Amino acid sequence: MATAAQRKRSDDAELPEDPAGRAHFDELIAADQRVEPTDWMPDAYRKTLVRQVSQHAHSEIIGMQPEGNWITRAPSLKRKAILMAKVQDEAGHGLYLYSAAQTLGTPRDKMTEDLISGKAKYSSIFNYPTPTWADMGSIGWLVDGAAICNQVPLCRASYGPYARAMVRICKEESFHQRQGFEILLHLSRGTKEQHEMAQESVNRWYAPALMMFGPPDADSPNSAQSMAWNIKRFSNDELRQRFVDMIVPQAEVLGLTLPDPAIKWNEERGHYDFGELDWDEFYEVLKGRGPANAIRLERRRTAHEEGAWVREAAAAYAERRRVESEKAQAA
Amino acid sequence: MSDQTFRISAGEALTAEKITEAGEKPTEAVANYALRLGDDALILAQRLGWWIARAPELEEDVALGNIALDQLGHARSFLSYAALAWDKTEDDLAYFRYEPEFVNLQLVEQPNGDFAATIARQFIISHFQFELYRRLVDSTDATLAAIAAKAVKEVDYHRDHATQWVLRLALGTEESRRRMIAGLGVMWPYVDEMFRDDDLVESLGDAAVRPSSLREDFDTVTGAVLAEAELEVPEGFVARGGGREGIHTEFFGPMLAEMQVLARAHPEATW
Repeated sequence: MATAAQRKRSDDAELPEDPAGRAHFDELIAADQRVEPTDWMPDAYRKTLVRQVSQHAHSEIIGMQPEGNWITRAPSLKRKAILMAKVQDEAGHGLYLYSAAQTLGTPRDKMTEDLISGKAKYSSIFNYPTPTWADMGSIGWLVDGAAICNQVPLCRASYGPYARAMVRICKEESFHQRQGFEILLHLSRGTKEQHEMAQESVNRWYAPALMMFGPPDADSPNSAQSMAWNIKRFSNDELRQRFVDMIVPQAEVLGLTLPDPAIKWNEERGHYDFGELDWDEFYEVLKGRGPANAIRLERRRTAHEEGAWVREAAAAYAERRRVESEKAQAA
Repeated sequence: MSDQTFRISAGEALTAEKITEAGEKPTEAVANYALRLGDDALILAQRLGWWIARAPELEEDVALGNIALDQLGHARSFLSYAALAWDKTEDDLAYFRYEPEFVNLQLVEQPNGDFAATIARQFIISHFQFELYRRLVDSTDATLAAIAAKAVKEVDYHRDHATQWVLRLALGTEESRRRMIAGLGVMWPYVDEMFRDDDLVESLGDAAVRPSSLREDFDTVTGAVLAEAELEVPEGFVARGGGREGIHTEFFGPMLAEMQVLARAHPEATW
């Protein structure tokens, strides 16, 4: 009981100020070194990380749905195998990330509760539907591509368990992006219908993918603190620019058009210019008024609730085995 | 046993692509036999794939996904091999055959039901496949033997997964026990069909495995697990079967329609 009570206190209450711990933390950040779970850390740093890491985990888990939608209908056995492996990777990413967040003192059950009650956020991109097979290509190329731009710098994030989880995740994401690109390339060079399917899908995913980097820097209130703590390394706008610079030449190779007439190489800046994004759309989806918010959450809630009896059975069986082995030892 | 023992590195794994590349044409009879085993694995993978993002816990999303992926891998190998006999591809066989041309066991096409029903199906099929593949490794047909050698290691893990869940569900809570019994009751009628010999198998001699020869070991091994789980071997209905002759249950058509819809909408396309 004592340990449970202690755990509860460290969850809910502000940790007492620890001057030596604070000094050590500040030194680690200043030297750009890793903070580990046993180190003292400011409460706000811990909360920021729990929010970010659990949101990332939730995004992986909800993100399984739009692609899972095509597992039963994938048009070739090879594509079906790749898609299954990819969606399974996402479950694995969710698991690493929940584990990383648990090292900060938040149990997985609590994070799951927050997700299915709608309290916790996940990436809005997964609130868009996947009506066509080409969406498997667009998600890989654009959504995973944007995720990589966001996530590669996180491999150097100051919190050790998060940074280490991101190293493995980024390796797998890079494979995911290439397979998405390959799906689109094959469609684009395929029949007329396949080419049109690819173009129509890219038209739908381009702007939502660019919004994955978050609002423009001027409207992103938490960014500065995260950058000071070496959690975030580049601003939203910097990352978005990097992404656009990456995909414009790739779209040319694909033979597909990005749906933004303002895209143009800017010699002076050494970057591609691109048009304004519709941020009203972004905030609409964020507020729960996207095309699939209710569907995604309901599906996760249903899986969780319908699985309750299985988890209870597993727990009861484990307890039964524990009691049996204690009896055997006592005998 | 840890699955690490069996991990096969990508470099040495037998793949569908390698079988196609080798181009060793099977005889018509061997191809028809490979088609059966390929269809079993394909239809099971199709059913299991549905669970990904719907499982009772994340670890099971990963586990069922893994099992589905293994089965799909076995299916691709068997179908790629069979396809060589008819100058076709694995995808021709998977996407452009109609219901009566599929020769899978009726068990694998049964709907997922709840988690206990899926586990009951897994328990039956993975013990069956394990007994089958561990004998097929001695097939006089080198390609069938090689596919079986890879598959048996993976299926050994599948049967462990199913066995552990049968025990957990049967001995867990009242609710889980009730569901496990119901799940076994739904799936067990399809057991009988799995062990029937026929002319094709007889004609293949030592290239194939006689299904009837697996029954005793299957009964012993599954019987021991059911006894530990304090469950009876379900008795009562025996399905008429006929999957190997292309006769299927009513659940098969809609499942196949879903699997084939996109490929059939674009018959000229490659993906």
